[in-house]
Amino acid sequence: MIKLTVNGKKKSFGGAPFKRLIDALREDFALTGTKEGCGEGECGACTVLLDGEPVNSCLIPVCQAEGRKIETVESLGTPEKLSKLQAGFLACGGAQCGICTPGMLMTAHAHLKGSGKCDDKSVRTALAGNLCRCTGYQDIVKSVISAAKGLK
Amino acid sequence: MRGDAKSMTVLTPRSGAEAVKAFAKAPKALPLAGGTDLMVGWNMGWINGRTVLDLSRVNEWKKISVVSDGVDLGSLVTHTQIQNHPILKKRFPLLVAACATVGAAQIQNRGTIGGNIANASPAGDTFPALAVYEATVRVVGPNGRRAVPISEIFAGVKKTTLQAGELIEAVFLPFCETPTRGVFRKVGTRAAQAISKTMFAGLIWTAKNGELTGARLAFGSLAPTVKRLYAVEGFLRGRRLNDVSISAAAELLTNDVSPIDDIRSTREYRLVVSRNLLIAFLKGEVK
Repeated sequence: MIKLTVNGKKKSFGGAPFKRLIDALREDFALTGTKEGCGEGECGACTVLLDGEPVNSCLIPVCQAEGRKIETVESLGTPEKLSKLQAGFLACGGAQCGICTPGMLMTAHAHLKGSGKCDDKSVRTALAGNLCRCTGYQDIVKSVISAAKGLK
Repeated sequence: MRGDAKSMTVLTPRSGAEAVKAFAKAPKALPLAGGTDLMVGWNMGWINGRTVLDLSRVNEWKKISVVSDGVDLGSLVTHTQIQNHPILKKRFPLLVAACATVGAAQIQNRGTIGGNIANASPAGDTFPALAVYEATVRVVGPNGRRAVPISEIFAGVKKTTLQAGELIEAVFLPFCETPTRGVFRKVGTRAAQAISKTMFAGLIWTAKNGELTGARLAFGSLAPTVKRLYAVEGFLRGRRLNDVSISAAAELLTNDVSPIDDIRSTREYRLVVSRNLLIAFLKGEVK
């Protein structure tokens, strides 16, 4: 039995220890906010936070998450009460098809909680591992910067 | 065919000694560190049915220790840990710069220095820096410990000189005199998430009279393994850097490297860009 904390709640996982974290989250914990893009660590769509750091959940067997804290997009806000970052994406058009959005949100969330630098270059560097085929990135960067300014 | 989790056996040693023992009992096991490469293959279904030696609980290999003559990086130290370490930033800035070019944050947070070496990609981002800092790879196995110079750890594409049952426990970086100039450059299709077409690390030391007293130069992605430019280094030693000596030195580049055409680039492009990089570095034009 693998024990881990997901979005602040203690969870146990009794399935195959080499199941990918993304599959455990989606299939066993019913947290389908995390999306799979490429499945090879290039696109960042499946980004979740592992002990506060962004990681690709498609590249982590769940056995490596034992005793660790996982945060997914479901930890940010609810449809009724969005987080500031989610509200920023809504206000600035940071999401189009939406597949990259949960990963973008989690990477941006970790960045703003960490260094919190909200100049264009810092945000672009922080989000370099999250690919988007729709927006051309401008509005995503704007969303993060506007949310960061709102947070201050 | 995707990875089939049920087909996998996972071994979970809790210390370096346990890891060596477990590996001796399961010699075909695949050592797993940060998983940023191994898991890609697994997702493709390439390693179904295998046993994995998951090293992620070996906490003693996750530390950075500063000692009198250098810095010891545990093999499970991540690229992010390296970038954040104050002594590494000050004394080994080329390695820090290299770690910042590995994939992007998600990969840097998981990928480890030991995993990077054991994986032995010709394009391993940390290798040119490790080569010019003359790192030593500390290895542990059923017959005890040994220290392998970075120049002897790679045997070819995706091949190391590690013996059966051996695991990397640390990478030692000896302190060097502060160089007159040091640069790391990675050239890829884009800044993040790209595998390099060519990669350069260079350190030079000059005397007050302008004579070069030492040079350590290395390229990655231009041969099956990282290459020090011994011919160029030897030629430059004792000379003053000027247009004549620099262009003569650049002519010696192909003594040590042998780039190929592949999906990422061509031999010709790699050679032109690499020669330009070398010349620009020696002229002090790249920072």
